[in-house]
Amino acid sequence: MKKKILAGMIAAIMVFSLVGCQSEEKKEETETKKEETKVEGTVTLAAAASLEYAFTEKLIPEFEKEYPDVKVEGVYDSSGKLQQQIEAGLGADIFFSAAEKQMNELNDEGMIDSDTILNMLENKIVLITPSVSDKTFASFEDIKNAGTVALGDTASVPVGQYSQEALTSLGLWEEVSAKASFGTNVTEVLNWVAEASADCGIVYATDAATTDKVKVVAEAPEGSLKSPVLYPAAITKDAPNPEAAKAFYDFITSDEASEVFESYGFSDYRDVK
Amino acid sequence: MDFSPVWISLKTTACASAVTFVLGILAAWAVMFIKGRRLKAVVDGILTIPLVLPPTVAGFFLLYLFGARRPIGSFVEDVFGFRIAFSWFATVLAAVIVSFPLMYRSAKAGFEQIDQNMIEEAKMMGLGKWGILWKILFPCTFPSILSGMILSTTRGLGEYGATAMLAGNIPGKTRTLPLAVYSEVAAGNMDRAWIYVAVILGVAFIAVWIMNMTAKADREIKM
Repeated sequence: MKKKILAGMIAAIMVFSLVGCQSEEKKEETETKKEETKVEGTVTLAAAASLEYAFTEKLIPEFEKEYPDVKVEGVYDSSGKLQQQIEAGLGADIFFSAAEKQMNELNDEGMIDSDTILNMLENKIVLITPSVSDKTFASFEDIKNAGTVALGDTASVPVGQYSQEALTSLGLWEEVSAKASFGTNVTEVLNWVAEASADCGIVYATDAATTDKVKVVAEAPEGSLKSPVLYPAAITKDAPNPEAAKAFYDFITSDEASEVFESYGFSDYRDVK
Repeated sequence: MDFSPVWISLKTTACASAVTFVLGILAAWAVMFIKGRRLKAVVDGILTIPLVLPPTVAGFFLLYLFGARRPIGSFVEDVFGFRIAFSWFATVLAAVIVSFPLMYRSAKAGFEQIDQNMIEEAKMMGLGKWGILWKILFPCTFPSILSGMILSTTRGLGEYGATAMLAGNIPGKTRTLPLAVYSEVAAGNMDRAWIYVAVILGVAFIAVWIMNMTAKADREIKM
């Protein structure tokens, strides 16, 4: 008896949900016809973790207001992990990397529409400490005085690679890496410092700006990095939704978007080259 | 090849298992003597909850209490001059918290199967609480306790989330096997990750084997 009632309930739920789907589909159809826009569907954005706030708070809502039939789904992680996910078939339309290495590797594998690769942004790396710190740090080189240091993993996180490059050119790498905890993404590094687990750490200027629990001591000295920290954006070769991807790409490389990025601490790199 | 994660994990797991073993049995035994049913349910729930929480949530609470700027963390640092966060001790702490419920529940399940009449009789014959634990509960429930110990040990060995949050990822100090696997995979070094994975697989295999052997021995005793 109980089983019958249960079966009846399940059947009823299924019927209702089917009816629900149909009416929704119809609604969507009529709406699209009214506006006569071809650009619709979902755009999957694979972006470096440091771009997350600019996208989720400003750019994606603004874009979706302009294109109401497009939904942008963001995947935010370290560029190395995003590269792996794209190789594994994430189905991303747009890749916005925090370093040229990952973009170039994907491009070499034929997974990127080469013509669309644009070095959009620059980001600086900075030494941070907890906002209330018991030790005093005055310059970037004072990193050697720390008991523990939070760094990005040099093998997988771009900010880790830049930190290594800067510290190596300053002759501090051996000393600092011996007492470093290596985060697998930059947010982890930031939180270790924000929680004062580490005395100091190296992150992007943009990450440091996201929390008042850390303060910036200094930028990496001029010349300690051979090349600037660049953020290339591109459309993938097998973008599942090419039209919407193109619209979104044009939007995020526009002057309007550039202003938003600058408000999050990035510098526009389009003019520089 | 860096083998330090293997040694760090073995050290962490050994210490965490010993602590969990003692605490889990004592907790199960203490909960048995709680009279009020409601209080018993609440205490039981609190002691079990790390088992059903995602490890990152367990890590969140650990960080909230033991972080360098948090109540217990700053107290310990002020009084003993020792910072828990980013220390090897933090790996043990994380492993104990997430593996404790497995030991506790296994021991408790074992204790509950024991005939209450036997315990009542023992009480009448003048056996105290400790006597009941050592002379009756412990020997009669050895298979449950052993399986709890193996489950909690392997859970502690596999701890990742809470460890990364409180202990960090310091090679040679707090980088345990799961963190090493994660870091190597993130870096695309699948070959190196394999070596760490092989060690974990080996331990897991031995653990399952021991558990099956004791279950078999237990059945034979009961027959």
